[in-house]
Amino acid sequence: MALKIVKGSIDRMFDKNLQDLVRGIRNHKDDEAKYISTCIDEIKQELKQDNIAVKANAVCKLTYLQMLGYDVSWAAFNIVEVMSSSKFTYKRIGYLAASQCFHEGTDVIMLTTNQIRKDLSSPNQYDTGVALTGLSCFVTPDLARDLANDIMTLMSHTKPYIRKKAVLIMYKVFLKYPESLRPAFPRLKEKLEDPDPGVQSAAVNVICELARRNPKNYLSLAPLFFKLMTSSTNNWVLIKIIKLFGALTPLEPRLGKKLIEPLTNLIHSTSAMSLLYECVNTVIAVLISLSSGMPNHSASIQLCVQKLRILIEDSDQNLKYLGLLAMSKILKTHPKSVQSHKDLILQCLDDKDESIRLRALDLLYGMVSKKNLMEIVKKLMLHVDKAEGTTYRDELLTKIIDICSQSNFQYITNFEWYISILVELTRLEGTRHGHLIASQMLDVAIRVKAIRGFAVAQMATLLDNAHLLTGNTQRNGICEVLYAAAWICGEFSEHLEDPMQTLEAMLRPKVATLPGHIQAVYVQNAAKLFATVLRKHDGETESQAAQETSQLLIDRLPLFVQSANLEVQERASCILQLVKYIQKLQQKNVEVAEEVTALFAGELNPVAPKAQKKVPIPEGLDLDAWINEPPSESESEDEKPKAVFAKEEPKHSRSRHTEVDEKELARRREVRKQEQANNPFYIKASPSSQKVYDAPGVEHIPVVQIDLSVPLKVPGMPMSDQYLKLEVERRQKEKAERKKKEKKKKREKRGKERKADSGPESEEDITPAHQVDIVTEEMPENALPSDDDDKDPNDPHKALDIDLDNLLSGFSSRPLADSEKLPVRTHRPEALKSPAEDRDSESVPQETKKKSGKEKKKDKEKDRKRSKEEKKKKKKHKEVEEELLESQPEEAVQSEETKEAAAPPTSTSAEASDLDFWLSSAPVPPAAQEVTAPSSAAAAVDTSSAAAPESEPDEPKDTEPEDTKSSKHKKKKQKKEKEEKEKKKKKRHHHHHQHHSDAGGEDSVQNGTVEEEEPLPPMSNYSLLAENSYIKMMKEDADQVYDIQGNHQDESKVVVSVIFENKSDSFLKSMEFNVLDSLNSKLQRPEGAGAHDSLTVPFQLPPGVSNEARFVFSVQSIIMPQKLKGTLTFIVKSDESSTHEKLDFKLHFTCTSYLITTPCYSDAYAKLLESGDLKGSSLRLEGINMPFHHLLARICFHHHFSVVERIDSCASMYSRSIQGHHVCLLVKTSDQTVSIDAKCDEPSLLGNVLDEIKQTFSKC
Amino acid sequence: MIKAILIFNNHGKPRLSKFYEHYTEDTEQQIIRETFHLVSKRDENICNFLEGGLLIGGSDNKLIYRHYATLYFVFCVDSSESELGILDLIQVFVETLDKCFENVCELDLIFHVDKVHNILAEMVMGGMVLETNMSEIITQVEAQGKMEKSEAGIAGAPARAVSAVKNMNLPEMPKNINIGDISIKVPNLPSFK
Repeated sequence: MALKIVKGSIDRMFDKNLQDLVRGIRNHKDDEAKYISTCIDEIKQELKQDNIAVKANAVCKLTYLQMLGYDVSWAAFNIVEVMSSSKFTYKRIGYLAASQCFHEGTDVIMLTTNQIRKDLSSPNQYDTGVALTGLSCFVTPDLARDLANDIMTLMSHTKPYIRKKAVLIMYKVFLKYPESLRPAFPRLKEKLEDPDPGVQSAAVNVICELARRNPKNYLSLAPLFFKLMTSSTNNWVLIKIIKLFGALTPLEPRLGKKLIEPLTNLIHSTSAMSLLYECVNTVIAVLISLSSGMPNHSASIQLCVQKLRILIEDSDQNLKYLGLLAMSKILKTHPKSVQSHKDLILQCLDDKDESIRLRALDLLYGMVSKKNLMEIVKKLMLHVDKAEGTTYRDELLTKIIDICSQSNFQYITNFEWYISILVELTRLEGTRHGHLIASQMLDVAIRVKAIRGFAVAQMATLLDNAHLLTGNTQRNGICEVLYAAAWICGEFSEHLEDPMQTLEAMLRPKVATLPGHIQAVYVQNAAKLFATVLRKHDGETESQAAQETSQLLIDRLPLFVQSANLEVQERASCILQLVKYIQKLQQKNVEVAEEVTALFAGELNPVAPKAQKKVPIPEGLDLDAWINEPPSESESEDEKPKAVFAKEEPKHSRSRHTEVDEKELARRREVRKQEQANNPFYIKASPSSQKVYDAPGVEHIPVVQIDLSVPLKVPGMPMSDQYLKLEVERRQKEKAERKKKEKKKKREKRGKERKADSGPESEEDITPAHQVDIVTEEMPENALPSDDDDKDPNDPHKALDIDLDNLLSGFSSRPLADSEKLPVRTHRPEALKSPAEDRDSESVPQETKKKSGKEKKKDKEKDRKRSKEEKKKKKKHKEVEEELLESQPEEAVQSEETKEAAAPPTSTSAEASDLDFWLSSAPVPPAAQEVTAPSSAAAAVDTSSAAAPESEPDEPKDTEPEDTKSSKHKKKKQKKEKEEKEKKKKKRHHHHHQHHSDAGGEDSVQNGTVEEEEPLPPMSNYSLLAENSYIKMMKEDADQVYDIQGNHQDESKVVVSVIFENKSDSFLKSMEFNVLDSLNSKLQRPEGAGAHDSLTVPFQLPPGVSNEARFVFSVQSIIMPQKLKGTLTFIVKSDESSTHEKLDFKLHFTCTSYLITTPCYSDAYAKLLESGDLKGSSLRLEGINMPFHHLLARICFHHHFSVVERIDSCASMYSRSIQGHHVCLLVKTSDQTVSIDAKCDEPSLLGNVLDEIKQTFSKC
Repeated sequence: MIKAILIFNNHGKPRLSKFYEHYTEDTEQQIIRETFHLVSKRDENICNFLEGGLLIGGSDNKLIYRHYATLYFVFCVDSSESELGILDLIQVFVETLDKCFENVCELDLIFHVDKVHNILAEMVMGGMVLETNMSEIITQVEAQGKMEKSEAGIAGAPARAVSAVKNMNLPEMPKNINIGDISIKVPNLPSFK
């Protein structure tokens, strides 16, 4: 008793908690709704209390009810209250509730901004975390705008837990507030190299999501991702990156070439199926993008198909499914490789899993050829018989029709067979696809003239046995077929053997039970048949048969006149009257046949489905304008009479040109013939088929004799199989004949070789069974080729199509326009200095001054152009504005040059060439390309200019803002780029010798301050290692340098990539690479190998081919430069002999090659210098005659520094060695003198680095 | 992107629903029903991917699910996610639940849906995969659990006492509820890494 009292009082205090609610609901299964409504009342009471614990409890319960489908938006304000509790427990409950039920329409959301900001900057990382998680679910454009800056700050938080969440949520912020993308991007990019794998993975995740929608803007990140791909071991990250590459390769084929090798390696090495599968997928994407250019990837295709086969054969259904899915991608470009696995795919059709069967069906679609179509369809027909469940059977049916009708019936050699397949398909019970079969029948009968006779015979039988189709109510879907049958019989009634019998079949009383639209066709076509019968009996005086026919119609038609369907009724009564009139004439013995036939004379042509869309709008016609005053009827329809033709089915669109004279017809034929000649989809069945047009009628088409004793007497009997046999026999016979002919020809030894393409088994050899003339679809004259479907305008990603290229230089001097800065709350002192902002504030005054100058200039330009058309001017105006925005950063540093008329090249050209540079440093080095295949090198240059993100040539009217630069501007840039490339090519040769130690990956260039001013002189990170008449070795050691765990005491590892290029005409094999180790530097050899053993190069080199191998060296001390002597031995194998050859080389490890480009913030940099741990040294260079930014770029590129800060002609730079030494430079220039003050914690390293810098500049 | 994460039992009762795009409550229920309908009629031992959830997204989207004992775990994702990767993620999720609840069963999810949400929040954020490392997830969840406990402190004691009392007195103890084979057996799958 006492216990109960206690419990009651405590209950009042704490009410029900979530568990009680759940329990209660489970106990009230019968009256759940009622129970919950009382609970909601309780919750409402609880929410009114002041106690935050009670409120939180209530909100927690509401979250549960929300899951059950109850609207809880009325408690939004209380949720905000709970969110703002100072206790983590309640805060979490509040944020969870908010994330479940807040959305853009929730009005209280605007109250949360400050609370969220407070939580984001909370000292407790879990408060911040919970706020970020919640925000990720309900972020609105307003919140995104207000909080973007705070979140950006969090991206550099000390705790990785916060960093990764902040990075991830940026994607949502970008979506809601696209303006934040540009300012935030440099930091996001930085996070790709975050030391914490979680943060790195988050950054990869975000960039992949961004790049998926607008891949071209992210092409320039490819080198960085490539590096990640080859270094990361996290499968999640790898999968994302590999998927991203799949999206990028279509834009840049050279990227694909570079990817193939590492991907194939991954495929071979990984044990994770998910990774393997994504690799295969991306290799496929690469191969698709390369399919035109590179024929030598059959090995990769083979590998993919092989691996996929393994997946498909796996017992795991998931792998099987994915294997089939990927296979269908290969199929599009390399159908041959897939076709060899037909057995496997047909086997999958029997799988118990429907998803797998459907995938296999998809594959079949692409696997058919003229040769195997019949066979495959036969298999499918068997499956149709076996299939249970209508959905799968319907799917099979549509697939059969798809397969057969694809690309204008390309694979059908025997249309009789196809018609009989269609007839067989009508046996399907309860299918929904009657209309599909019907439209196929119509299509074939109209477009294949030769088949009409056969088709009509089959259709007549169908009509005769209509009761079989309609008898069962379940078969309603299929009666659509009768629509086609009736129409075909009527339209091509001249082929009918016994029109009278068919006419009788069409007028049976049972017809009245058919759907209205079918009856209407029956009635109309009965009239056509009537005309045919009359004509048949034309000339016979006192024709009994003709009069009997009229009587039949007069007897039967009244049934239709009574029809409830207006269409049927109208047609029937019209025709009834007509027949009555004719009967009267007949009784007077007047010749009527001619006139009646004239009613239905004329030929019908199919109209292309898009014909209507493509009718060009005549000059000066505004379809939206009123022609008369609004109330009156619009007459615009008269101006495009073709509208009637396109939208409806051929049946309705028939327009009878009874009075088309012969001349007109001839002219039309001529036009059509020409059209067909230009139409790639038009099947020229054989050269002679063209003659069909010259012949006056259809009668001249040689039609294969149809043995009518075989085809259906009773519809529904399988008979298509016979065609298969016939077909095989026929082909054999033809083959034999052809052989004979060829022999004859050979004997005659005629010079003219007419059969050039007589490949043993080529598709062309299979000729159609009879002359097939597929009538092309008609198009209006001057049809517009425009066919592009625009993207969904509501797609939020469209707004994110922002050019990021001038941003990519890490935290470069200042690419952001003033207006692009993220809104910062100014009344609050900033907790953390963000580098971007720092730079902002510095260069703003400078820039605005210059901007105004430029604006004036632009104004003048505008004045000049005022005379131009208004439309153009508007556009121009916009462009100018854009340009202004784009070119601001340039102006900041470049005042004089802007006065010149020439538009300054934007950073993108530098960026683009940078990417080019990386791409061209693919295993096939550019120099080699020039030697071996000059044409391909030229092509590469072309494609590179086309693919460079900003310089796409002549892209017609690009509406995206960043691309709308004046074409003039564009052209110039392109030109410059080309020049630059040429220069680069030339220079490369020299560079190999000049920069012995030159290094520095793509990053360092991006890191330079260089961007906009002038095109940078190209720099190479290859150096010639050694060369003889057989082989050339080139060293690339740039970004391959890394340390392990940053452990200062242990030895560090350096990876050296060497490109081997075979210069001879012989095959090089058994290459062995050996280096004489020094005490300090050792070549890493596999375990068990002796200290002097050589390493085998893992590939062989055919003539003219080059490939890249990597060697790992362990280095103990990095303060001194090193030289290692080495030898490469190899066997040269030519046709007759093989010799053993040797090449000596010296590997030069400079001190700068131990430096890694590391970004550094100016505040950290200042601290470092203040610390006093660093020792100084300095260097003076005289007679340096180059712009300051070039100088910096050189240091960045060759010596792996990054610019921390640059003010006028003074810059501070930073780099870090692989063992963690800091190297700081202060570079000043005046006139031609450059002074470099340097500090480093290791004086001898510094001395060497400075020496090397000096050397670099002494060379130029 | 992950569009939605749903957990429901063999009868279609939702145990957790997390939508990363906004839908009205009615639509959400409809989606759950539709998804259940699609998923539940599939046999065991057939593939775990499903195309054609009509309500969420469209042709780009796929349903990827796993069936554990009485529960279906369904992820609706678009084409930027790796199918096998998501399957592994589901496995990680369930294993994490198993660790956090100690032999997780449907009842745990029924009575502690808030806790499940919190665990999920450490794995997936705003539709994007945040963390796949199980020990990292558990560390963070436990750290937050500890914080909660320390906050409750003395004030939490009466509440705990109350719930203990309630459990003592009330007949509807979870033990008595018979929902069949409730314990989710986490099969040992080949690990993702």
